This record gives sequence, C-alpha cells and structure tokens, in this order.
Amino acid sequence: MEKTRKIRVLIAKPGLDSHDRGAKVVARALRDAGMEVIYTGLRQTPEQIVETALQEDVDVIGLSILSGAHKTQFPRIMQLLKDQELTDVMVFAGGIIPQEDVADMKRLGIKEIFGPGTPTKDIIRYVMKNLPKRN
Amino acid sequence: MTKAEEIAEGIFAGNRRSIARAITIIENEEPEAREIVARVYSHVGKAHVIGLTGAGGAGKSTLIEKMVKEYRRRKMKVGIVAVDPTSPFSGGAFLGDRIRMQELSTDSEVFIRSMASRSHLGGIARATKDAVRILDAAGKDIVIVETVGAGQSEVEIIKVAQTIVVVHAPGLGDEIQAIKAGMMEIADIFVVNKADRENADKAVIDIQSNLQMNSKESPWKTPVLKTTALTGEGIPELVEKIEEHRCFLEGDPECRKMSMRARAEAELVEAIREKVTSSLIEELKKAGRFDELIHEIMERKIDPASAAQRLLRKSVENET
Amino acid sequence: MFDKERIAEIKKEKERWEQTTLQDWTKQCNERKEDFRNTSNVSIERLYTPEHISSLDYIHDIGFPGEYPFLRGVHATMYRGRLWTMRQFSGFGTAVQTNQRFKYLLKEGETGLSIAFDYPTIMGYDSDHPMAQGEVGICGVAIASLRDMEALLDGIPLDKVTTSMTINGPAAMLLAMYVAVGDQQGVPRGNLGGTTQNDNLKEYFAQKLCIYPPKPAVKLTTDIIEYCTKHLPRWNPISISGYHIREAGSSAVQELAFTIYDGITYVESTMKRGLKVDDFAQRLSFFFASHNDFFEEVAKFRAARRIWARLMKERFHAKNPRSMWMRMHVQTSGCTLTAQQPLNNVTRTTIQALAAVVGGTQSLHTNSFDEALALPSENAVRVALRTQQIVAHESGATQTIDPLAGAYYIEALTNKMEEKTFEYIRRIDEMGGAIVAIEKGFFQKEIADSAYKYQREIEEMKRTIVGVNDYKIEKEETPIELLRVDPKVEKEQLANMHELKQERNKKKVEEVLGKLRRSAEKNENLMPVIIESVKAYATLGEICEELRQVYGEYKELIII
Repeated sequence: MEKTRKIRVLIAKPGLDSHDRGAKVVARALRDAGMEVIYTGLRQTPEQIVETALQEDVDVIGLSILSGAHKTQFPRIMQLLKDQELTDVMVFAGGIIPQEDVADMKRLGIKEIFGPGTPTKDIIRYVMKNLPKRN
Repeated sequence: MTKAEEIAEGIFAGNRRSIARAITIIENEEPEAREIVARVYSHVGKAHVIGLTGAGGAGKSTLIEKMVKEYRRRKMKVGIVAVDPTSPFSGGAFLGDRIRMQELSTDSEVFIRSMASRSHLGGIARATKDAVRILDAAGKDIVIVETVGAGQSEVEIIKVAQTIVVVHAPGLGDEIQAIKAGMMEIADIFVVNKADRENADKAVIDIQSNLQMNSKESPWKTPVLKTTALTGEGIPELVEKIEEHRCFLEGDPECRKMSMRARAEAELVEAIREKVTSSLIEELKKAGRFDELIHEIMERKIDPASAAQRLLRKSVENET
Repeated sequence: MFDKERIAEIKKEKERWEQTTLQDWTKQCNERKEDFRNTSNVSIERLYTPEHISSLDYIHDIGFPGEYPFLRGVHATMYRGRLWTMRQFSGFGTAVQTNQRFKYLLKEGETGLSIAFDYPTIMGYDSDHPMAQGEVGICGVAIASLRDMEALLDGIPLDKVTTSMTINGPAAMLLAMYVAVGDQQGVPRGNLGGTTQNDNLKEYFAQKLCIYPPKPAVKLTTDIIEYCTKHLPRWNPISISGYHIREAGSSAVQELAFTIYDGITYVESTMKRGLKVDDFAQRLSFFFASHNDFFEEVAKFRAARRIWARLMKERFHAKNPRSMWMRMHVQTSGCTLTAQQPLNNVTRTTIQALAAVVGGTQSLHTNSFDEALALPSENAVRVALRTQQIVAHESGATQTIDPLAGAYYIEALTNKMEEKTFEYIRRIDEMGGAIVAIEKGFFQKEIADSAYKYQREIEEMKRTIVGVNDYKIEKEETPIELLRVDPKVEKEQLANMHELKQERNKKKVEEVLGKLRRSAEKNENLMPVIIESVKAYATLGEICEELRQVYGEYKELIII
C-alpha cells in the first residue's frame, strides 16, 4: 500500500468580506496540484477558523481578505493559533493588503502575502517548498 | 509513554488535538497508526453510528447541521466525518461539506472532520472506519458519516454505520426511478427533505410503494420521513426515529449480535484482502516481469486479465 | 439588408481576396494566434462583411431609438437630448464623512448620488454587533439607524437629487430610512427619485451578501417592487445586476444571460401578486459591468436591450412600450484594475467608459485608478469623474445616436450574444427556474469554471494583462496618497449608537418590532411596518434580526 502524505490546506475568509473569487480559484488550483483543500466559506470568525484548522489537522492556512479588516482579524487569528499550540501550521494570506501593512503581518507570523495578480503556481510552489514538518 | 499511547490517552480524554492528529496518522498510515487503532479498539462500542447519504442537492449538510443541534439540545456529544471524492486526475480533493455546518465548529462537544476518499474505490475512505472508532473512543454519543451521493458506492457505508439514512429531495430532476439501485435496499430510514416543495408528498408515496415492493425479510420496516432542513421541521422526529432504530438493533439481542458478527467478518475479510493484495503485488514486482507485462498491455499485446493470470501462475510455479 | 445576388458577389470577392492578397500576406507573416476568442467564447473572425448580417432587416431587427426593439437606445434623442447620469458609487467612514464626499462630488459635476454601505450594514448588523468589529466604515458608510441616514443626507435636497443605494438583503430598511428623511424634508413621496439595488437572486451566486434563504429574499424584493409601484412612482425598486456576476468571474454572455433570467424571475414573482406587467415593468432597471473588450461590451449592451424588449413583448405580453425599455446603469470593471502600475487603470477605465457610452447606458460609474489598492482618494475620484466628462464633451461619442449600428462586426456580435442568451434562458427554464438552478449550483459552476479558465489563460500566457504577466517593471511605486479609514470611526459610531439607544422610546421600539414579526409571519407586504420601525428609531440590526427569526439564515452552497 502506498503511503500518501497529502498536504491539507485550509482556505479561510475571515470577517464580513464577501469577495470569494480569488479564494475559490486558489482552492481549485491547490486541489488540482494534488492537495486536500478545506474551505470554510464566507464570514468566519477567528475562533471558527482556528477550531477548523485544529479539527482538520491542516498543514497550511490561507487567509483571504479584501475588506481592509486584516488589521483586526489577523492578529486575533494568530493569537488563537498560538493559544491552541498550532504554531507549526504555515499561514499565508492574500487579497488587498497594502504594502505598508505587510511587515506587520509578517511579524505576527504570517509567512507570505500573495497580492493581486499573483499566479497560482507561485502559491503552489511556495507551499510545496515551505511545508512545515509536523510534530 | 509511546507517542501512540500519548495520543490514545488524549483521545480517551476527548482532547481535540489528539483526535485530529490520530485521524491524520491513520489516513497517512504513519508508523503509530496500528498501535493507536489497537489501543482505541477496546474503548469502542458506545457511539451510535449513523450513515447519511443521498444525491447532491438533497440538503444533507443542512440536515446534519439541524440534527446535530437537536442532539446537542439533548446534551449528546457528536462527531461528524464528511467524505468527499478525491480527484482521480490530480489526487487532490475539495472538502466543502463543513461549510454548511460551520456554526457548529466552536461547540467543543462537536468534532467535524473532512476526509477525502483517497485511493479507496468504494466511495468511502478506508480510514473513515478508523476515524469513526476514534470519535467513538473519544466519548461521542453519536457519530455521523456523510458521504458523496454517488449512488452505488454508498453500499460501502453499511460496513461502518448501524443506521443508514438516505436523503432525497423532490424536484431536483432525480425522481424515484433515478434513485440508484442499492439505496432502497440499504436505507434504514428514508428522508424526503425540502418537504415544503410541491411534489414532496408524491415522492413520499412513491418511495413507500417502492420499499413495499422490495421489502426484505427484516422485521424493521423502513419508514419515510419528511423534513424541511432549512426551518428545522421534522428534525426531532428524525432523531427519534434513529433512536428507535438503535433500540431495535439492541433490543433484539440476536439481531444486534448478528449484525455485529456480519460486520466483524466483513472487516476481517477486507483486512485480509488488503494485506494479501499489497504483499502479493510487492512479491510479483520483486520476482520480475511486472514492468515488462505493463509495457505489453500498453502495446495491446496482452490484456490485463491474462497478464494477471500469467503472473500468478508463474508465482505458483515458483512456489512448488 | 442586402439582396441575395449582391451577397453572393461579395462572398465570391472575399474568396478571391483570401486566395490572393491575404495569402500573399500570410505567407510572409502568420497571424499572432490560431484562434482569436472573446470572453463569451465566440471565435472572432478575421473580417466581417455584409454576409454576416445579410439576414437582418433594418426596420424589424435594428429599428429606431425610442421604439421597439430598442436596439438603438431607449430614448429617441439619447445623449443629444440628455447625457447619462454621472453617478459615482461612494461611501466610507461615518455618515458625516460620506456626506462631505457627496457634497464634493456634486460640486465637481456629479449628477446623482450612489451610496456604498459598509459590510455590517450590508449584512444587516449594527455597528456594535460582534461580527462588525474591525469592519465599521471600512468599505462603505456605516448606517445603523435613521439618525445615521439623516446625517448622511444632511443638506441634500431629495426633491432635486436622485440617489442609488447598493443594498440588497436589508434594502427595505434602507429605503424606509430614505423615505423617512424625505418625509422630514417635506418632499412628497411621489417626488422621491432613486434606485435600490434590491436584487437578492444574484447574491446567492455572485455578490454573496445573503442574509435570508432564497424564497423569503425574493419575497422581500417583490414587497419593495409592489410598494414602489403603488406609493413611490419615481423610484426604481430594483437594479437587476450583472456587474457582480461578471466580477465573480463570468463571461460577458453569462453576465447578460443570468441577469436577464433574474429579471424574468422577478417579473414572474411580481405578477404572481396580481400586478399587471404594465403596472410595474417600466421601473425595473438593470446594472452591468463594462470590461476591456470594447466591441464585446458594446454588443452586450445593445443585445441586452433587444432581448429584454422581445421578452417583455412575447413572454410577458406587455403592451406599454415603456414596459419594454431596458434602462441600465454601468460600472467600469473593478476586477480588471491592477495593483501593478496603477496609472494604467485610467486607460482601462476610459476604454470601458467609452464602451458603456457607445453602448447606450443611462447612468455610469467610473472606477478610480487606485481602487486595486484602496478606496478612492479625492484626487483619484476626480480623475474618474473627468474621464466621463471627457468622453461626454471631447470624444464625439455623443454627437449621434448608437454610432456603431450597422458595423458588420458589431451587428454580428450583437446577434451572437442574443442567440447565446436565449440558449441559456431555455436551459434554465428546463431546469425549473432560477431558484432550482441556484440550489443545483448551476450558476455557481458556470461562474467558477469561467473564473478558473480566465486565471489559467493568464498563467499560460494565453491572455496578457499589462503590468501583471507582461510589461512588468522592476520596482513598483505606490501612488502617494491612499485613502485610509481612521480607526476612530468605529469608536465614534459605537458612541452614536449608545446615545441613540438611551434617547429613543424603548417601548415603542419593542411594540413595532413585535408588529413586524407578526406581519412577517402572516406573509404581508412589510414595507409599511418597516417604515414605521425606522421612524421609531429601531436599528437596522434589530429589524433584520427580527426577520432572521422568522426566515432563518442562508448558508451557501460552494462550487469551486
């Protein structure tokens, strides 16, 4: 029997932002690259996102936000991940996150920000290359 | 303590991280998998396992969400395993069932896990059985397995669930004739969801007559219930009926033992089959000629069945 | 339009051209692509000639502006009589801040208002709801009660200005607030002019701002149509939208077809209430996007008019020509704006604006060049407005009516769009209508597939996006001033709400909310009691929550 370590990714839409075209295109691209993608749907609270990451035991979380509310949502999500000892999960983000906020977001622990126009293959390559070792 | 022991202890304590990690370990067949399953097995048997299936659009996820809310009202703990198909092309999967149940995520007594069918052809993940056991051992009173509504392959659910609920919604183009063969036979409870639709009552009557025609010898008469998952109508009655079925299974000690025996036998046979297949293929590969035959099949010089015959005959010859 | 003999001659001549002049040319230099396709998957031919439109009859198929089938325009003089309304969608922060932006735009020559609400408002949450944290005033203006609406419209004469409100789930509540302010200003209700988007169907597969499930949502939409027909004759109760469908990733023809089908659904739901089509159809309005393929867009706008006119006449048996008018608002496309080299977006917006004008729109919003990065700054929105003014006064596009009529390419493409739209209409009819199609995920799948295909084309370099996958620059410079919403806005709004809740008559609020619930349970038209509720200063959230209890909340079906 072949061992299949599948990469499990959670794509999440925090807050009230309802633009999901990008999140869905990325989810599909990751699926087509052989990953198992769990999508939370719209309007998730930080608690829902982190709890989902926990139950689904994901390797990667992709946060999508275009509403400008990342400065409130992301710190809360990252804190909850810490509280749940999920710091070995890789977190990336996409959407509309101004250049001047990127440094702050990275300081919170978000590994990379993929802005508008990022090819999906760049995201796939990044995930494959930087997959966390799970303990 | 070994890692497996630690995780098992966590499962018995209902620790969500342990449950989640254990399911991953089993899905990926990591070294600890066997020991975890072994340790957990003795704690299994308290949960009532419900299989829920039906065509896409029938409203399974919404129905589950309302059922779970009802179970929670009764202070029962619930585990849900939602299975979706792995793409045969990419090997990846889109697991979107929990979207409609997301409100339940933050209820600490509800555990939802999405699983992809991976390489298992039956439509239900091999690891699903073990995932169900883990949730059982973690203290869940109810474990619901939701599967892809692909029809034929739903018969696989029997091996996992004690009560099988088949969900149908009228007016979505798949009328009674289209309900896949096998679904009628396996259903312990039939649900017509979206009962506020026009042809709901007709659907109920059609299904009932169909069930009567195909009635088995079983003393349990499969009921047809109506629900409107969106508003919650019919849900308490459904939960009651499931409970009734559980009592039916347990109440008749022979019936319960028989189904347990049948299930244990099926699992043993399946486990043997898996083991035999994988070790046999390993052997055949080592003995040579495996790749050669694959090329011959591709060049249409031989068909797969004959190739298998040749390999196995050779293997037997080598043994003697 | 041409006689058969002449067409045969043209055909022969074209063949000769292909075998001689063209062949000589392509021997030296091949065409850049094997197949030139537009977003609607129509294969675009090298050359269009009279052959392509030989079956068209000028009088019946093209006709005259202001007359059936309205292909050339809904009004007889179009822009020679009156230019389109320049209506810039705006809103951010508190009502007071947005009020200032409105006044600025009106001063700079805008001719109608268009309100953008923040996410909590759109979802029917008050600014002090837990889900609203971090979202108040960020994407639009926060309106939680009539008091906020009063501040928003302060000093704006509602008898002189028309206002469009982009609001769907809570449209009834926001309309009620507008009516209440009109009452305060002493404007007769019959004189209030404007539009509520109020198109709940597209929320389920495009904009995703759904509160209630489809059936009650369509009921609320129809309540507003019915109420306006009887009491607000100058108000467009609905703006049946394709913009969001396109932004979600659909092709041009999907945008057209799905929008029109939504329109069909609303006409049917309103007629079910006993209203005659000629009673209400003239106030139905539409909202489309305008994208970069200039010709596809022009064909789309023209086809839209003729398709709707034909449907109203043949499917719904409208008698009044006004019932067959398709009046539209157009917004230039947001998703085509790039974060890279943002000044290029001025060019994109210009092409898109020109297409909308040549396509005959009644109202236009042009995006600002910085909108891939933030909400528009004052300077950027002024450039956007100037774009419209330059098209209006300097381009010559407004000197004559429907200038591209008769162009072989345009008429052929218009016909194609119409053909493909009717195909979709047939398919969805057979499925059982829009709500069944939504439940089956039909629209969602079509859109998801188009969106994915578009992204693949970009990544495989089959589609060029200037500045993004080609013509890139090493170091991007961000335009200096980006609009940032002050986080103090949320605090201010919370304080306002607190004050309101102290000052209002709690008992009255309780009573009217109870009345609302009972009315909803009896399935009555809710507009009158909602107007009563807002006048008692019940908050938006309180009213919406009452209805959530009755109708339930919608959870979406996901198709990627």
